[in-house]
Amino acid sequence: MSFLSVDNINVFYNEFQALFGVSMTVEKGETVAIIGSNGAGKSTLMRTIAGGLIPSQGSIRYDGADTAENSAFEMNRLGVALVPEGRKIFPSLSVEENLKIGGYSNRAGQWTLEKVYELFPILKERRNNGGTDLSGGQQQMVAIGRALMSNPDLILMDEVSLGLAPIIVNEIYTVVRQIAQTGTTVILVEQDVNRGLKEADRFYCLLEGKVSLAGNPADVTQDQISKAYFGL
Amino acid sequence: MNRDRRLILILSIAFIFFASFAFWAGRGTMNTLTEFFYLLAIAQLWNLLAGYAGLVSVGQQAWIGLGAYALLVSTDDIGLPVYAGIVVAGLVAGVLAIPTALLGFRLRGGYFAIGTWVMAEVFRLSVTASSDWLGGGLGRSIIVNNLFSSPSARITSIYIVAIVLAFGTVALTQYLMRSKVGLGLTAIRDNEDAAASLGINTYRVKMIIFILCAVGTGMVGALIALNQINIIPKSMFSVNWTAFMVFIVVIGGIGTIEGPIIGTIIFFLIREYLSDFGEWSFIILGVIAVGMMLIAPQGVWGLIKERVDVEIFPVRRLISAERLKSLGRG
Amino acid sequence: MQWINTLVQGILLGGLYALYGTGLSLIFGVMRIVNLAHGDFIMLGAFMSLLVTSMLGLPPLISIAIVVPVMFLLGFLLQRGILNQTIGKGLMPPLVITFGLSIIVQNVLQMGFSADSQGLDAGALETASIPINDQISIGIMPLITFIVAVAVLAGLQLFFNRTKVGQAFRATSDDPETAELMGINSRQIYALAMGISFAIVALAGILLGIRTNFAPTDGPARLIFAFEAVIIGGLGSLWGTLAGGIILGLSQNIGAQINPTWFQLAGHIVTLIVLAVRPTGLFARTRDS
Repeated sequence: MSFLSVDNINVFYNEFQALFGVSMTVEKGETVAIIGSNGAGKSTLMRTIAGGLIPSQGSIRYDGADTAENSAFEMNRLGVALVPEGRKIFPSLSVEENLKIGGYSNRAGQWTLEKVYELFPILKERRNNGGTDLSGGQQQMVAIGRALMSNPDLILMDEVSLGLAPIIVNEIYTVVRQIAQTGTTVILVEQDVNRGLKEADRFYCLLEGKVSLAGNPADVTQDQISKAYFGL
Repeated sequence: MNRDRRLILILSIAFIFFASFAFWAGRGTMNTLTEFFYLLAIAQLWNLLAGYAGLVSVGQQAWIGLGAYALLVSTDDIGLPVYAGIVVAGLVAGVLAIPTALLGFRLRGGYFAIGTWVMAEVFRLSVTASSDWLGGGLGRSIIVNNLFSSPSARITSIYIVAIVLAFGTVALTQYLMRSKVGLGLTAIRDNEDAAASLGINTYRVKMIIFILCAVGTGMVGALIALNQINIIPKSMFSVNWTAFMVFIVVIGGIGTIEGPIIGTIIFFLIREYLSDFGEWSFIILGVIAVGMMLIAPQGVWGLIKERVDVEIFPVRRLISAERLKSLGRG
Repeated sequence: MQWINTLVQGILLGGLYALYGTGLSLIFGVMRIVNLAHGDFIMLGAFMSLLVTSMLGLPPLISIAIVVPVMFLLGFLLQRGILNQTIGKGLMPPLVITFGLSIIVQNVLQMGFSADSQGLDAGALETASIPINDQISIGIMPLITFIVAVAVLAGLQLFFNRTKVGQAFRATSDDPETAELMGINSRQIYALAMGISFAIVALAGILLGIRTNFAPTDGPARLIFAFEAVIIGGLGSLWGTLAGGIILGLSQNIGAQINPTWFQLAGHIVTLIVLAVRPTGLFARTRDS
């Protein structure tokens, strides 16, 4: 039994179907990348795993429990944290309050406010700033730190590199690797295919709401990926 | 025969049928029908305002009250004939709707509702404050003998005006929905920002609807004044008028033309049945409206349409339950 | 001297209006719902206190200990049972439902207590006052009301800034979907917010009932005063609501001083002027504007 298994799910936004029979499995401690073009359904898949959307069909099993119908707050309490696309920092909370609210579920574990500040020292300096007064890279750090504060067993990272300078992206991914090394399972969504494949143990490629390719980055050719990515 | 032609035919036959009552029906019947038709008219107007334009006003009693007082002043004090007085009532309401809209449209979301209520209160208190002229809190009576040749002439005239207004509002709503304004409203309702970016002047469309509804409701106010003779600010500017509109529209089906018609029939049946119960009738109507909004927000007409594929008024841009649900998600 | 008295009374009255307004703007701030039955729930609080005092023979101020928790629970259950169902379904459903509740509560109160005006009997406290000089005196009840209002606002500020649940309120207000990702059950937060609003409303209703007579149909006027305090002060501003309440109270008292029938009208006019000149209110947080 896998740590996370998504089996044949369909997901709708109102009348619009975003996912068609998507299945995936993730083992404990793995880093899995989800790649695909814009509108392929990557973020939808992440939000569905995190409980923000409920599949109309199919099942999701996480850590031995059926969680397809769970709400986002219930998933957080079970140890699933999502770093949402666009960071979604709370504007009326300070940096420190944003981090603290991440620990709302009171889950025990290694991550504390101090640990997060060690990971991102700049945030400690700016702890009393408004959450949205920071630069894009710093906001991304807040979003990641906020997710860590819930001491997740599974962390979902949606487009953490989007809109950031390459040097900042490298910094962020150094941290992502550190997080993975602590044994936390990581699923990351990347539009930068090479980055996604480089960071992950395994990958899934989505195309128009369906899994078009999955496997080990080392086992696939550039050509296979292009086909799966663009549907050519 | 196309749908529009058929509709005009149905409406004409219905109008002639009800108009004929003026020649043979008794006073009691005509009084009841008068009330039915003016409630239908103001409910239909609130439906246009809230169901189509998304302007949830709870201050529509402003136009009832202003219409009533405008009629009083224009006939009793100025000496205009009664039908001119009714038109003046509509105009006064329409003119005062402009500053009301200018202020009210500045309010976000649901606060618009309270804003309209405040404006209604301002009008009520202003009327009450002018005690020498308008009789203050005690009000004034219309000297109807100067306006009508006999009591039965009054009842017949009021009845005719009531059906004209009721059929007029139904026709107006139907016409607007088939026109460019209706298209604009549908766009606004679906997504106001998108509508604005398509070059639809959402502010102007809303303003037009708000003023039109005030004019119509003001004319009904004049009619209510003629019917009740005694004009008291507290009852003319009573929020109960808006409560009637809301209950009728929600029970019948918001955002449809058929809804308010069915709602008015149901409202009348409930009220006739419960008239001895005083407060109970209000409580029961309130409970039904609240329950309806929770369980079947599309109203009785929506429930009927789910089972039978009928449509009397072909608007094709109806607010469905799914629409209602998706409004907030946007 | 008469004028100074008018001003002092007006300022103290502002405390009551701040209590009205805080309850209204709290739930708007957290869940973007405007509760059209807000004023009627103020009256419900007053009548509940009347019931408790007459049944148990308690003084009205003591009845707070019973009425406030009961009203908190009522608000909590109203949100959990009814209003949470309308979340995400647009503007109309909560407005229609609370408007319906307004009519229902008014008529239930009328059935239970008749349409007559009633008062809460607080004995000597009702008329007690602190004389400042021959002509000016400060009523004890208005003063208590004002102090309670300041205490409630200070308490709310501490709650929002210092407690975990308070921060969850702010996060939910900012972005309920992301708040859920943090493990916050937004529906629970909404129910708590309505509960708190009802508790404040109950307090306001009892304080109102001690200082003046009240009737079942007084609710809509209270809703409007609450709205005016919020609009003058600025949406989402806690202390702005107090300032708004004070300006409203002053306007009404000054209006009534000129002509007794202008009490309410003066408040409405000032509100409309603020709306025309500065629609974000006089003390709005810039973030909200």
